[in-house]
Amino acid sequence: MNLKSHKRNLEPELRSLERRSFLRKGLSLGALVLLGGCDLTDDDATDRLLGRMSRWNDKVQAALFDPARLAPTFPESAITQPFPFNAFYPESRAPRIDTASWRLELSGRIADKRPWSLAELRMLPHASQVTRHICVEGWSAIGKWAGVPFRTFLERVGADLRAPYVGFRCADDYYSSIDMATALHPQTLLALDWREEALPPKYGSPLKLRAPTKLGFKNPKHITAIFVTNDYPGGYWEDQGYNWFSGS
Amino acid sequence: MAPGARPIHPLVVRITHWINAFAIACMILSGWRIFDASPLFDFEIPHWATLGGWLGGALAWHFAAMWLLVGNGIVYLAYGFVSGHFGRHFRPLDLKEVRRDLAAALRLRLAHTPGAYNAVQRLAYVTVLALICAAVLSGLAVWKPVQFHALAALMGDYEGARRVHFAAMCGIVGFIVVHLALVALVPKTLLPMIFERAAGPARAVEVLR
Repeated sequence: MNLKSHKRNLEPELRSLERRSFLRKGLSLGALVLLGGCDLTDDDATDRLLGRMSRWNDKVQAALFDPARLAPTFPESAITQPFPFNAFYPESRAPRIDTASWRLELSGRIADKRPWSLAELRMLPHASQVTRHICVEGWSAIGKWAGVPFRTFLERVGADLRAPYVGFRCADDYYSSIDMATALHPQTLLALDWREEALPPKYGSPLKLRAPTKLGFKNPKHITAIFVTNDYPGGYWEDQGYNWFSGS
Repeated sequence: MAPGARPIHPLVVRITHWINAFAIACMILSGWRIFDASPLFDFEIPHWATLGGWLGGALAWHFAAMWLLVGNGIVYLAYGFVSGHFGRHFRPLDLKEVRRDLAAALRLRLAHTPGAYNAVQRLAYVTVLALICAAVLSGLAVWKPVQFHALAALMGDYEGARRVHFAAMCGIVGFIVVHLALVALVPKTLLPMIFERAAGPARAVEVLR
């Protein structure tokens, strides 16, 4: 990927945060040329149609998702350096969390809701992977993460594995959610380590989700709470219009 | 139209042509906005020339219009093969003929016979169909590089598929530029793509061949 141009482009994406609608500011010339003479210039109608198509695409992606298909893995020599920082805020504002007092809160359809400390999480079985992180913006980068297989964790805490959604809340006010099938995928990790060391703040300290079958924004960083639910939880970007499933 | 006469463009071709034109426009213009979110190369497409307003909007357009493109494309391809439309109009694809017709076209000496394609047209139409297929396949690989990993691997994994997708887009845009320029030069070709018009007498076609 082109780091320079990526950085240059982060700012417009940041500005786009304000946009709560697909088209509020979106009727560029391209759209006007296309829609001139049609009834689609009504923002609400277009938004509804695009929203319906996005939910249809959620279903198609869930059907395409093969719970046993593994994302390609790479040798460590393929790791992208430097691995890009990406968030809806600049790197200097990445939260610095006191790892000693940090606790992972659990709620929803989980039998044992006792909070977890980092030391307790580190006692669970570990797995590591070198996989490709693909951003919704198009760029990709290869990284190495290690942590607790999410399935192991969900089973350990007695999560209702038939519930459709797992939601995440984060210390940077980010939030997201994934489907249970992806949560149980063998490569989905509660990542604690970046390469051989504890996750640094820029990569999501102290805990991030690493799901190589999802786009990057479905891999929340700085997780503070996990919940299992039957009700669609949405997400920070998802609520603004990004496709919810966003699987790879 | 006289009974038994063949229209210049059959109804299915006219309908699928315009649905395809709309779908391709949506795909390209929204694709340009997606490109701008993280440009593969050192330039950006001016935002006024794109569709979707921001990355999320452009993605929503792209992943909605893809169904129109593929669904319409399947109808068109099935019709083309089953009805014999492709066999009648796209063959033979002979390089010698292409050279001859291209030379004539560049000297503006190539006659246009409604309802019959010259060799350059045949090659151009078959090529753009292949480019659209390449765009769809590379798009699938970019969209689902894990689920369709075999497809992505053929193109050099995710990053390779991105480049194939971009190259296919460039080829399609190149076709559109020439296609629209030729329609502007020979405007009588536009109406038969909208309304039913009978093709000229068959012998006019044979004189050209």
